[in-house]
Amino acid sequence: MQNTSEPGLTATQAHDLRQIAGMMIPASEEFAVPGADDAAIFDDILRSLGRDLDSVRAALASLSTLAGGSFADLDDRRRESVVDTFLSSETPDVTTLGRVVLQCYYRDDRVLRSLGLEPRAPFPKGHKLEQGDWSLLDPVRARPRMWRDVP
Amino acid sequence: MSNRNDVVDVLIIGSGASGAAVAWSLAETKMKILCLEQGDWMKSSDFPSNGRDWEARRYSDFAISPNRRARPTDYPINDDNSLMKVANFNGVGGGTIMYTAHFPRMHPSDFRVRTLDGVADDWPIDYAALEPFFAENDRMMGVSGLAGDPAYPPRQPPMPPLPLGRTGARYARAMNKLGWHWWPSDTTVATTEYDGRAPCINLGHCTPGCAQGAKASTDITYWPRAIRAGVELRTRCRVREITTNEHGMAAGAIYYDPDGVERFQPAEVVILACNGIGTPRLLLNSASSRFPNGLVNSSGLVGRNLMLHPWPQVRGYVEEELDGDRAPMTVLWSKQFYETDPARDFVRGYTLQFARGTGVVNEAVTSAEIGRLPWGKDHHRAYRKLVYHRLQIGVACEDLPEEHNRVTLDPVLKDSHGIPAPRIDYAISENSQRMMEHGIARATEILTAAGATDLYTSRTLLNSPGHLLGTARMGNDPERSVVNAWGRCHGVRNLFIVDGSIWVTSGGVNPTSTIQALALYVADSMKQRLATLFD
Repeated sequence: MQNTSEPGLTATQAHDLRQIAGMMIPASEEFAVPGADDAAIFDDILRSLGRDLDSVRAALASLSTLAGGSFADLDDRRRESVVDTFLSSETPDVTTLGRVVLQCYYRDDRVLRSLGLEPRAPFPKGHKLEQGDWSLLDPVRARPRMWRDVP
Repeated sequence: MSNRNDVVDVLIIGSGASGAAVAWSLAETKMKILCLEQGDWMKSSDFPSNGRDWEARRYSDFAISPNRRARPTDYPINDDNSLMKVANFNGVGGGTIMYTAHFPRMHPSDFRVRTLDGVADDWPIDYAALEPFFAENDRMMGVSGLAGDPAYPPRQPPMPPLPLGRTGARYARAMNKLGWHWWPSDTTVATTEYDGRAPCINLGHCTPGCAQGAKASTDITYWPRAIRAGVELRTRCRVREITTNEHGMAAGAIYYDPDGVERFQPAEVVILACNGIGTPRLLLNSASSRFPNGLVNSSGLVGRNLMLHPWPQVRGYVEEELDGDRAPMTVLWSKQFYETDPARDFVRGYTLQFARGTGVVNEAVTSAEIGRLPWGKDHHRAYRKLVYHRLQIGVACEDLPEEHNRVTLDPVLKDSHGIPAPRIDYAISENSQRMMEHGIARATEILTAAGATDLYTSRTLLNSPGHLLGTARMGNDPERSVVNAWGRCHGVRNLFIVDGSIWVTSGGVNPTSTIQALALYVADSMKQRLATLFD
C-alpha cells in the first residue's frame, strides 16, 4: 500500500524501481559499466527524485497494477512481459521515470569513464574547441549581397 | 494602501534585456530612476555548470519553463491551449540569464512586410532607424561574430566569432556542397576578454547561465553601469498593477515587496519591460473604471497577436565524433531561405540555425523519449552511436501576427501573491506550417549532405524557444496599435513599453538583439523629447 505521506518511496516502490532500472539499463561486461540498479547509482536516483517524486510514484503504481502486485516479486519471464508493456505505454509518468534513471546513470564516474569522458563538473576546467577550417567560408564570402532593399 | 514610497521620475518594471538597456540609456539624464524586479540577483557560483548534476538541473531549478522551474520568483502560465510552451526567466537579467546567446539582428525587409509581401503590417520604424542602436547594443553586450556576411547590411561585431569546431566544419562542407549560404553566428559569448568578462572556456551549452561569465546577460553588462550611474534596482518586488490618476496618466505601480507587503510606488513616467506575456498580463491586471478592458486597451489589441516562432528541428547522426556540449550550442546560421520567394507556397522565410549537439544526459533523455534509445541489452551499443555524434538544425520560422493568438488572464490560476496568471491561446498558422515543412525538407537535405543518418524531425521544439512577441504592438494608428512609433502608449502619455510585446512582426530570428536595440531607440527618443514628452 502506497503511503504518500512518506518523504520518499516505500520499500516496495523502491524495490520495484531498482528492479526496473536494472532492466532498463543492465550492466555490461562488454562496455565495463554497471547497471542502473548498481547500489551507488540507485542511491543517487533515490536522492534525486525531488520534484519528480509524485510522477515516479504514479509510474510505479501503474507498474504495480500491470504486475498485479509487487513487480520485483514476479518471475523473470513475467517481469519481461510487464516491462515491455510498461515502457511502451509512453505516458508522461513513465517518461519521467526514464529521465530520472538516465540523469543519474549518465553522471556516474564509471559510466563516464567508459565513454572516455572525465567525470567532473564543466567549470572551471572547461573544454578545448578546435578552430576548424575557416577557408571553408571563402565561397560564401564571394557571394553577392542577399538582403533586400526596402522602400 | 499600506505604504507609499517617495516619487521617482522614471519607474521601470522588469530588469531583463530591455529594462536594463533603457535604464542604462536614461541614466545620463540624471533623473531619479527605479527598477522593480520580481526575481533575484543571480550568482555565477549557483549556475549548474559548477556541479556534477548540471544537466539534471535543466529539468528542475534551471528549467526553461516557469511552470516546471516553479521558483518562488516565477509566476505560473496556463499554456495548455498551445502546442508551443512558454520559456522565460525571472531574475535580474531576465531571459538573458537563460537564452542561448544567439544574437542575430532583424533584417531590413522584416520592417516592411506589408509593402514587400502584402501581409501583416509594416513597422512604423525601419532598420536604418535602429542601426546605430544595434551597434551600440553590440558594444554593450559584447558580440562575437564576423563582418562581411552577405545576408546583412555591413556590421562590425567587436569580438571574433566562436570557433567552427568539428561540428561547424562538418555543416560548412555540407552547405558548400549544396551551394547555400552559411555564416558563423553572432553570439554574446565572449571570445576574448571583454569589458571585465573572461573569454569562453566551453563549459557546455550556455542556456542555464554561464559560470565563467563569458555569456552576456544584462546583470553583468548593462546593470553594473546603470547602477554606477545612479539607477536603483530593487529585487523581489512583484508589480500587481499600474494605477492611473484623475487625468488618465499613469500614477505609479502597486507591488509586493520582499516581505510580501503591498506598497505603492509613485512615478512621473512608467516603463514596462516585462516582455510579450508579462507586459499584457500587467496591463490587463490594471483594469479600472476608466480603463475597464485593461490599461491602454482601447484598441482591444493588448494581449493579441502573440508570436512565438515555430521552431521545428531535424537531427541526425554521423560516425565522426563531434563537439556536442563541449562548446556553446550555436555555431552557424543560414539565410538562404530568409527572404520571400514567390515560387514557394508561403510568404516570408526562416533562418536555419545549426547546433553543435548536446550532452551525455540530454542525449540519453531526448533519444529515449522518441524511442531512438532502446532499454535493455541493446541500450549501451545504441547509446554510443548517439552521444557526441549528433547534428541538429533548427528552423526559425517567421511567425506572422494573428489576433486569435493571444494572452488573457486565467480565470482561476494565480501566482503566489494572488495575482491572476496569464493564459495563452496559440495555434500555428497555415503559412507557418508550410514554411516549417519547407525548412524541414531543406534541413533534411543538409544533414544528408553532411552524411548523417537516422534522421528525426521534431515539429514543435519542446518548451519552445521562449520568444514572446507582439502583444502590445507599435503603430501610428491608435485603433490598430498599443504604442506609438517611439514606445509611448496611445492614450496614456507617460506610460511606455520597450520589450518584445511592441513588435509588429517577428522576423525569423532570435529577438534579443532587436529587442534591446528597440529599447535603446525608445530611450533615445524619450531623451530627445524630454521637454515635450507628454505632448
